Amino acid sequence: MAEIVSLAEAIADAIHDGDTVAMEGFTHLIPHAAGREVIRQRRRDLTLVRMTPDVIYDQMIGAGCARKLVFSWGGNPGVGSLHRFRDAVEHSWPAPLELEEHSHAGMANRYVAGASGLPFAVLRGYNGTGLASRAAKSRANIAEISCPFTGDTLTAVAALRPDVTVIHAQQADRAGNVQLWGITGVQKEAVLAAARSVVTVEEIVDVLDPRPGAVVLPGWAVGYVALAPGGAHPSYALGYTVRDNDFYVAWDAISRDREAFGRWLDRHVYAEAAP
Amino acid sequence: MTAAAAPAGYTADEIMTVTAARALRDRMTCFVGIGLPSEAANLARATHAPNLVLIYESGTIGAKPGSLPLSIGDGILATTADAVVSVPEIFNYWLQPGRIDIGFLGAAQIDRFANINTTVIGADYAEPKVRLPGAGGAPEIAASCREVIVIVRQTLQTFVERVDFVTSVGFGDGPGSRKYLGLTGAGPQKIITNLGVLEPDPQTCELVLTAVYPRVSPEQVRERTGWDLRVAPGLGEVPAPGASELAMLRDLRATIPAPGGAAS
Repeated sequence: MAEIVSLAEAIADAIHDGDTVAMEGFTHLIPHAAGREVIRQRRRDLTLVRMTPDVIYDQMIGAGCARKLVFSWGGNPGVGSLHRFRDAVEHSWPAPLELEEHSHAGMANRYVAGASGLPFAVLRGYNGTGLASRAAKSRANIAEISCPFTGDTLTAVAALRPDVTVIHAQQADRAGNVQLWGITGVQKEAVLAAARSVVTVEEIVDVLDPRPGAVVLPGWAVGYVALAPGGAHPSYALGYTVRDNDFYVAWDAISRDREAFGRWLDRHVYAEAAP
Repeated sequence: MTAAAAPAGYTADEIMTVTAARALRDRMTCFVGIGLPSEAANLARATHAPNLVLIYESGTIGAKPGSLPLSIGDGILATTADAVVSVPEIFNYWLQPGRIDIGFLGAAQIDRFANINTTVIGADYAEPKVRLPGAGGAPEIAASCREVIVIVRQTLQTFVERVDFVTSVGFGDGPGSRKYLGLTGAGPQKIITNLGVLEPDPQTCELVLTAVYPRVSPEQVRERTGWDLRVAPGLGEVPAPGASELAMLRDLRATIPAPGGAAS
């Protein structure tokens, strides 16, 4: 049954140095407050998993939390590069960053396999790509497979089983049942694939009001629920906040420069208390 | 943009977007990325293709944004969509079986056989000269959409003999590659650049120049191509953007959520 705790407690209990951590949310509902709390608690050597590392992992990579990144698209959406990510890959700053790359479809299916309790998922894709040939050499979670019924050449992708998945949702009730709606991405699969989970929410309500197209995660399938209003910022929570496009644009200049980034961390992460 | 590619009246981005929009027909289903593809699809929807179905990889199917989104996951895409589905569903149920007519892709490098690189520049993956964003949805879009349109600016750095990394397969090593690899879609059918349009030769699968923009010569395009680019017999000229196309496009662009007030 989900425990309703503070964000600081949830992160301290759920995420340990060296863990494999997935923080999901496809443009919408990105758990930024939780990401800043991980930085604040100075977690190290994390394997960070996320389809789109985005600004949230740019911050965590730049702050030195990550050893490895498992991902499928590492850019600042609509703006350009993730400069902390690139600095880590191109110059090993502040630490070397091992990469494991996939496509979106590959990552999504890896979560589906993890949520389904299967060792792998199958998709049509990857054939002929550099990602597949690299993986074939390093045996890294992407492999050719022959369909036992048709003989078609398909691709198997290994299940993702994070130690912890962190997501942001609009609402939870007092029993820890969670509801999210709008663009719900891969969050349901990411939570169900993980050993532990943390859900930050805009609001804790007495009764969840059913929404069309919503994903509902029963409280017994969730580890920790923490109240974090505005916790998706600069991403957004449909019905509560809007995407702060100015921040995504401003991040380009902040993240381009190591010192400017350091000042940002001091001012907006280390100097602030957890919500 | 070059002076040759952008005579008075419109920019290179504008003629690229208008050319892409013209390639879309009404009622097509269209997998859209952010930037020029999103502008082109929304321009088509606002002009000659009102029933174009816009699908964004965030899971929004049939999005009808009244303003242009800055990201593929903007709220307006979800609130105007016919359906919002999960990310596994958009790729597995909608893209993979070949339900989508047109996919748009960009490229950091594209080669003679329309293979696309968005991963790394440089021969050594582990020590790249430039680390690019990576694959995203592109490999499966390139594999499974019925047709692909690539929108990319033409330079010697971009149009290369062979890409440093095959992120998304165009025609692989040439004729027969797509069939051998089991790729169900037809692959890239138009490469729209800031100089003109390249299309694959039906026999050799090699990209050839099939049309240029007004006041662009084939020689200018060849100078910005890293292989010996063939010019199609009966080379066409893309008509300049019409006044109404331009007016509609500029109205649309003015609706992009303006970071710091600078929409364009």
